Amino acid sequence: MAIRTGKIQVVAATNWSRVIRAAVYWVGLVPAAWAFYLGVMDQLGADPMRTLERTLGLWALRFLIVTLTITPLRDLFGINFLRYRRAVGLLAFFYALMHLTTYLVLDQGLDVAAIWADIVKRPYITIGMISFAILVPLALTSNNAMIRRLGGGAWARLHRWVYVAAAAAAIHFLLVVKSWPMEPVVYASIVGLLLAYRALKRLRGRRPRRLAST
Amino acid sequence: MPIFPLINSSEITPNEVFLNRRNLIAGAAAAGLAAVLPKGSAAAAKLDFAKSLLSTDEKPTPLEDVTSYNNYYEFGTDKGDPAANASTLTTKPWTIAVDGLVARPTEFHLEDLLSSVALEERIYRLRCVEGWSMVIPWIGFPLSEVLKRSEPLGSAKYIAFETVLRPNEMPGQKGIFQPLAWPYIEGLRLDEAMHPLTIFAVGLYGETLPNQNGAPIRLVVPWKYGFKSIKSIVRMSLVEKQPETSWNRQNSGEYGFYSNVNPEVDHPRWSQATERPIGTGGLFAKRKPTRLFNGYAEQVAHLYAGMDLRKFY
Repeated sequence: MAIRTGKIQVVAATNWSRVIRAAVYWVGLVPAAWAFYLGVMDQLGADPMRTLERTLGLWALRFLIVTLTITPLRDLFGINFLRYRRAVGLLAFFYALMHLTTYLVLDQGLDVAAIWADIVKRPYITIGMISFAILVPLALTSNNAMIRRLGGGAWARLHRWVYVAAAAAAIHFLLVVKSWPMEPVVYASIVGLLLAYRALKRLRGRRPRRLAST
Repeated sequence: MPIFPLINSSEITPNEVFLNRRNLIAGAAAAGLAAVLPKGSAAAAKLDFAKSLLSTDEKPTPLEDVTSYNNYYEFGTDKGDPAANASTLTTKPWTIAVDGLVARPTEFHLEDLLSSVALEERIYRLRCVEGWSMVIPWIGFPLSEVLKRSEPLGSAKYIAFETVLRPNEMPGQKGIFQPLAWPYIEGLRLDEAMHPLTIFAVGLYGETLPNQNGAPIRLVVPWKYGFKSIKSIVRMSLVEKQPETSWNRQNSGEYGFYSNVNPEVDHPRWSQATERPIGTGGLFAKRKPTRLFNGYAEQVAHLYAGMDLRKFY
């Protein structure tokens, strides 16, 4: 009897986390839906394209930051959100993709020459593109089949590239503004702290406790 | 920053209303200016002005955009901050000191100054160094009008301008995080300052300047990037040597003293070849090519004859 009850509880918990996972995706896409809605209604202010572009980019960075907080939260406070990390990571990728699409289509009007000139000449565009290019393979391998195919170790090594992507995204934000306004500096500091935590952990020689804990 | 700035369409005054009002004002003859200037700072007052041949015939950017999308770091670095925070600035009384290499150092009271000049409407293109542009119907008068009265000496080659320093009224001027050193300072060569296109603006869209646009008096130099057009001016000093300027001090490699609009000379981090016109076409607004000296080359190119515009950016 006791064993059966335990089983039922496990099944119930799995169902709940499945529901929450689905909710993370849907809730995570609300800012984009809202921004597109306001854009279509011409309610995005004086510079709607730039506002949309910024909003999408900012949410990509926010979700990247959330994925980076999951390990420290577990290490330091014993709070485990690991089962939602894939959803948040994929959200970061979707937002980066929408951000990039807005730049390519609405900002540059698919002017290939101008876009290429930007990529090779403008460090902030170059760095933004690098960040996105890193997220592509990470998104493509964010499924159980790919984890099995690559093997846990190789998969974890690949996904450590998210550190580079997050750093690049933060620098991309810093480079697009004049002077040093507070907002990009705050985001860069948060990313810096989260990466410094990893560096420190490595220096102290503490190996990750589980495969996925990178 | 507000991620989703919401504007009710009911808040946007239809353009026809402005146009009608302007015609009415233009039609009305007399009126001493002092009488229509508001007490304190808040409410906009109608101005009496003549039209100018120096205006562009391009369609002005809607008032709502001109007054809600501003770079005025004394009130915060987000474009919406000035409109949200600038109401705290007291713009009356206001004085402007003219000193340095002048025969008659003067402290002008703004009301006295305004009652002694003829206001004109100058519809100018504005190009921001960030890559966006507007068309703004300024109300103002040539800067040369004020300068002449102070009688610059022969040794005066440049003018240094200064914005008001009031941390208690300008939230961006206090706190630990300062994007620029205050007060904001700017400068022009004397011949640039005396050019007929260079004006002191005291209004836009037929009324006194909203605080977020640089009330009560600001510079407008239409062939230079917007940050050269210093706002809420309290001092002008005539000097012999090229003065320091705020953005040049912040990053001299990115913001030069001249900062003439030039599609050929890129900002080190972004292209200046094109611009996004604000208030046209919503999400699908198209970029348009930026013009040399912001389209005022015919009037101002001679000021820079023989100069390497890449070197003197």
